[in-house]
Amino acid sequence: MIFEYSLIALLSPLVGSILAAFLGKSLGKTFVNTSTILGVMISFVLSCILALEIYQTSTVLNQNIYTWLNIGSFSFHIGFLIDNLTASMMVVVTFVSLMVHIYTIGYMHDDPGYHRFFAYISLFTFSMLSLVMANNFLQLFFGWEAVGVMSYLLIGFWYTKESAIKANLKAFLVNRVGDLSMILGIGIIFSITGSLDYQTTFFESQNLAQTELFFINEWNISALTASCMLLFGGAMGKSAQMPLHVWLPDSMEGPTPISALIHAATMVTAGVFLLARMSPLFELSSTALSFVLIIGATTALFTGILGLIQNDIKRVIAYSTLSQLGYMVAAAGVSAYSVSLFHLMTHAFFKALLFLAAGSVIVALHHEQDIRKMGGLKSKLPITYVTSLIGSLALIGFPGFSGFFSKDALIEAIGHADIFGSGFAYASVIVGVFITALYSFRLFFKVFHGSINEHHSDVKESPVSITLPLILLAIPSVMVAWPTVGPMVFGSYFATSIAQPDAYQIFGYEYSTAYGFLVHAFSGPVIYIAMMGVLTAYVLYIQKPNILKGKSFESTFIYRLLENKYYFDDLYEEVIAKQARNIGQRFWSLGDVKIIDNWIVNGTAYRIGNIANRIKVIQTGYIYHYVLMMILGLAIFLGWTIISAGYAS
Amino acid sequence: MVTLQSYLTLSALVFSIGITGIIINRKNIIIVMMCTELLLISVNFNFIAFSHQLQDLSGQVFVFFILTVAAAEAAIGLAILVALYRNKKSISVSELNTLRN
Repeated sequence: MIFEYSLIALLSPLVGSILAAFLGKSLGKTFVNTSTILGVMISFVLSCILALEIYQTSTVLNQNIYTWLNIGSFSFHIGFLIDNLTASMMVVVTFVSLMVHIYTIGYMHDDPGYHRFFAYISLFTFSMLSLVMANNFLQLFFGWEAVGVMSYLLIGFWYTKESAIKANLKAFLVNRVGDLSMILGIGIIFSITGSLDYQTTFFESQNLAQTELFFINEWNISALTASCMLLFGGAMGKSAQMPLHVWLPDSMEGPTPISALIHAATMVTAGVFLLARMSPLFELSSTALSFVLIIGATTALFTGILGLIQNDIKRVIAYSTLSQLGYMVAAAGVSAYSVSLFHLMTHAFFKALLFLAAGSVIVALHHEQDIRKMGGLKSKLPITYVTSLIGSLALIGFPGFSGFFSKDALIEAIGHADIFGSGFAYASVIVGVFITALYSFRLFFKVFHGSINEHHSDVKESPVSITLPLILLAIPSVMVAWPTVGPMVFGSYFATSIAQPDAYQIFGYEYSTAYGFLVHAFSGPVIYIAMMGVLTAYVLYIQKPNILKGKSFESTFIYRLLENKYYFDDLYEEVIAKQARNIGQRFWSLGDVKIIDNWIVNGTAYRIGNIANRIKVIQTGYIYHYVLMMILGLAIFLGWTIISAGYAS
Repeated sequence: MVTLQSYLTLSALVFSIGITGIIINRKNIIIVMMCTELLLISVNFNFIAFSHQLQDLSGQVFVFFILTVAAAEAAIGLAILVALYRNKKSISVSELNTLRN
């Protein structure tokens, strides 16, 4: 039963997408949204049933459905690995996807690319599901690339806008860097274990750890550490970790539902999912874990700071996403994979909510995204206001909201860890809490409070297809953590799918109930720091907004550093891209133009013409010249024959 | 004493005269035809000399064939020459370079 359900859950969004893509134009908008929403809804319902079934029976389904290829002793399969990890990812993905599908009806309803959009997001759902349901690296890589392609297509959905085309190209290229690293990691694993199946690979992990890879100068590294680092390189690209984070803020050029679905809730968390899936390998390499931890913590803090000065409503949330992804990755770095997945789940809900709420504001203001031109929308957009408040409170970790449980558990896990880099990571995430609260409420106050901008006096609340997903997402943003924090973080929910130390070792204290956890949190600093952040935002943006105005603030070194995003873009543009273009130019002018075109192709033709020009002089047309040649030729050959016959005898 | 070598020498001389005539002649195509006849005659000379030397008549039979063919060839050659003269109003060899194009 589990197998059939998973197959249907995987394929129904694909069917919906195909129907919308090929019949959508002729059968109209109602057909398009019905078929795709139905597909995703079937998938969601089946995912819920599967998740319950697997949780109750604690089974693990690991089954190949199709053998793609046999080469010698290697075989490549397509198969499912359905356990608690997969099932919970499937629920999150299909739920957010369903909400985004409904939301899109309202958001895109007069866009000429309506059916194309629905076809893309359904196809994306299929790709994401095949990524999380994979039982081998090959299928994982397929899903990994497929979501990348869908992200590319959807960022550039408005393909007549130049900035969108540049952004999707950037996203694609930066992801290629990560993907190259990932395929190298898979290659190392495959070359040593001879298999792409997760189970076989994990079984052989000791073998991987004992194999040493040699570089030049006696510099060697265990195959396990190398492959973990390389796989994490792939995760860095997809989950936008520093220094490969540059594509995510630019991806906000795409339509808002995409930002919610792909660039907040699902695709960018694929890297975190990968870390959890590969936990049996990562657990054996403390070097790789420290690397993961430091990268994650750096991303969590420094991208959060960038969110403080952005003025585009979606970019603020994008930087917030980067920062939260950093939190998740850092938690994986201290072996608290379950916490990181728990944060992934709660984050998917409240970040999708925040993005969709931002989209609602954007629609209501006729595609205005600059928060400096907003203000006082509290009474105009009541539903958006309340749901945004819920999302922001969940994001900053306000006690009782879902984000609180996940973030508090996450910070405690990092604080309790003692691997290399954990001190730095703990400091980063603690400061990150303050930053998160500050930018979240800066955005919130600037958009919904303050004075009403006179341009927006006729603003009306968005239609029900937009507000319904907001409400439906607000519910899990508040409540999802209460029943799940026990089994997921402290219990054995993930025991069948993730290799990690038990909860006591990670947190250093006993868990009783969710309420007990809440009370315990008040003895830590996190809540108070978050409240300080909110208070600071209140003072800076409501009470005394004049403090930050004026030239002196905007001309400081730090402000310029932040405004230029730590010069990462300039670094890449000036150093890497420019050098790459330079090298390409040289190869082109030397190899292509000079050697191939000039020497080989045109050179051959030119040389033949040249030789022919010289030879044709002897073709005079006079009979006596030909006769002379004949006689000379005859004399030479005869002479040769006679002389050689003389030598032979 | 007239030996085989004398015949062969004569034949080679006649052949060389024929070749030289063809090569260095620039004026008259009739001379080319005459030189061709010289070549044939020198070959005939060879045939007859060897036929006599080896006491084998087939060499002399060959000579008859060659003479017949040479006569026919001369007739055809002269016919072509007349046609050529009608077209070009000239029988100069140095003007006959249309093989080039």
